[in-house]
Amino acid sequence: MTPVAEKTELYRGEFEAFSASRRASEPAWLRRSREEAIARFQERGFPTTAEEDWRFTNVAPLARTAFRRSGPGEAAGVRAADVAALGFDHAFDGHEIVFVDGRLAPALSSIGPAGGLQICSLADVLSREPERIAGDLGRLLGGAKHSPSFADLNAAFLEDGACVFIPAGLVVEQPIHLVYLSSRAAGTPTLSHPRTLVLAGRNSQARVVESYGGVPGAVYFTNAVTEIALEAGAVVDHYKIQRESEAAFHVGLMAVVQGRASRFTSHSFSLGGGLVRNDVRQLFAAEGGECVLDGLFVASGAQHTDTHTVIDHAHPHCTSRELYKGILDGKARGVFVGRILVRAGASKTDAHQTNKNLLLSREALVDSVPQLEILASDVKCKHGSTTGQLDPAALFYLRSRGITEAAARSLLVCAFAGEVVGRVGVPALRRGLERNLRERLPGIRDREIQEAVL
Amino acid sequence: MLEIKGLHASVKGQQILKGVDLSVKPGEVHAIMGPNGSGKSTLAHVIAGRPGYDITAGSVLYKGQDLLAMTPELRAREGVFLAFQYPVEIPGVSNVYFLKAALNAIRKHRGQSELDAMDFLALVKEKAKLVDIDESLVKRPVNEGFSGGEKKRNEIFQMAILDPQLAVLDETDSGLDIDALRVVAAGVNQLRSPERAMVLVTHYQRLLDYIVPDVVHVLLDGRIVKSGDKELARELEARGYEWLEAPAAR
Repeated sequence: MTPVAEKTELYRGEFEAFSASRRASEPAWLRRSREEAIARFQERGFPTTAEEDWRFTNVAPLARTAFRRSGPGEAAGVRAADVAALGFDHAFDGHEIVFVDGRLAPALSSIGPAGGLQICSLADVLSREPERIAGDLGRLLGGAKHSPSFADLNAAFLEDGACVFIPAGLVVEQPIHLVYLSSRAAGTPTLSHPRTLVLAGRNSQARVVESYGGVPGAVYFTNAVTEIALEAGAVVDHYKIQRESEAAFHVGLMAVVQGRASRFTSHSFSLGGGLVRNDVRQLFAAEGGECVLDGLFVASGAQHTDTHTVIDHAHPHCTSRELYKGILDGKARGVFVGRILVRAGASKTDAHQTNKNLLLSREALVDSVPQLEILASDVKCKHGSTTGQLDPAALFYLRSRGITEAAARSLLVCAFAGEVVGRVGVPALRRGLERNLRERLPGIRDREIQEAVL
Repeated sequence: MLEIKGLHASVKGQQILKGVDLSVKPGEVHAIMGPNGSGKSTLAHVIAGRPGYDITAGSVLYKGQDLLAMTPELRAREGVFLAFQYPVEIPGVSNVYFLKAALNAIRKHRGQSELDAMDFLALVKEKAKLVDIDESLVKRPVNEGFSGGEKKRNEIFQMAILDPQLAVLDETDSGLDIDALRVVAAGVNQLRSPERAMVLVTHYQRLLDYIVPDVVHVLLDGRIVKSGDKELARELEARGYEWLEAPAAR
């Protein structure tokens, strides 16, 4: 056995103790789901670079680290000021539920009921009315055969997270903010398995923001799984803001299933983390749906950020638009693998995919792999991928007008990112992202330079 | 204002400028003419400081200072302006706000107060008229989706805003129809002043019917082989460049 495979033994051992403590209180279906998940995980182990899906990302450093899940009550000492210090200003009004080290922090959350909208902690739902989500939890992950190792690990240790129930016909005006924080700066690396479940009823409408962050410099592992189900006519605008510590590991899977004529928009910002893997798996489960996947990944130093997306056109008359952009500096490495599957019979599919990457240093590297699989006729599909450096002609043009080289570079980088950032529909969030990007760029502090970015 | 002596420049090991001498005084308009590949654009780029050129010999003094030692942005702040032959499209960067940042950087360098948004927009309104450029164009991303003529107008518009002391216009006439050429030339003529020097780099004499130069130089194979008044331009138009090639080969 390889050393990486041995590590699964540790998780197995921890699982025995964990599940024994919960056995009495949990329904049989949940217990069975956990046991099947840990069995699959143990059998398959951590993915290796020999697997097609993981060939660009080596998780050995993650598998080698001995993580510890935090115990109940350990996060009680975290205060609002600590949350603010992590850079998550609460500038946008909305419903907010905060989790620290994978557990609900009630004191930091403001989740009053609003017109039928329910935002609950998963732990709460599991202890009070588990049957309510029995049919939904894990449903979108595509069955046991397709669930990735990390999602299995999440399912095995599933404890807490957010459940968002949006009843049919409800239009939620305020954005719903789900905040997942990791608290410890020192000591044993911690591990959390946050789980998010969003159920959007027929013709409902909502904006959901998932934010991930942690204490700068802290080593921890966030293994997140998000499931979003849109019923017919639902409209969900989803944001993922990943700003983990630069020493942290972040693996996140978002599974989305769209009902008839529903519209799903995803905006993914992957800015932090040392080793990051984001998976988006989308499925059109009925006709007439629309899906937009936008993403921006920014990495510098030794950061590694990997994004895999799948858009599954399983039904006719669906439209998808995907735009992912990467900005890589230092020795950072980025990966974008975007698969679009047009299944037999999915005629009138209209799919566009674009990936553009900007390399700011000689040592930065990006792998871009568009994958189009078209099994239907009468479809419109196109994809494009470009990777390059800042345009020297544009740099000289700006400098020839009196703009310093550093400011000109930052201006061009901001303009590159602006195409994705500009589409953020929560103004305060957009400003926060712009601020965050500017802080990472030299020469862009100047207000006038900032104004010049559209 | 501009003193170029024995300037030699090469790109990727290929010698382009082979000893250019040029002296331009405030208020003068000089035209530099020459066939393709003679080094006209290289000379314009070297003056503006475009990276990628090796200056192998010679000197360029601007207002008595070593121009070649300055970064492109410092040259701009000191009053050098290049109107590009091929203006660059910069998606995501606002033409007008980038220009405001540029102008205020230049004003600050000159010890002038910075313009606020109101004053700046008034200036934009005034200068937009000069080259008959649509104000909506001014607010779009830099040159993105502009026609060839609009790009050239935008260059002169930028020049009008930034108020340079030395303006180098690199083939500003190329690609313009006669109406656009008249508009651009009228804009340039209004910007002529006793304090400002201009260097027009052009392939054709046509532009010089509208912007009458004080001095015309012929650049051939990296050297200025002949200088004269505006009649020289007409002679070139009639006779071509061939009759000048013999001295260039010396």
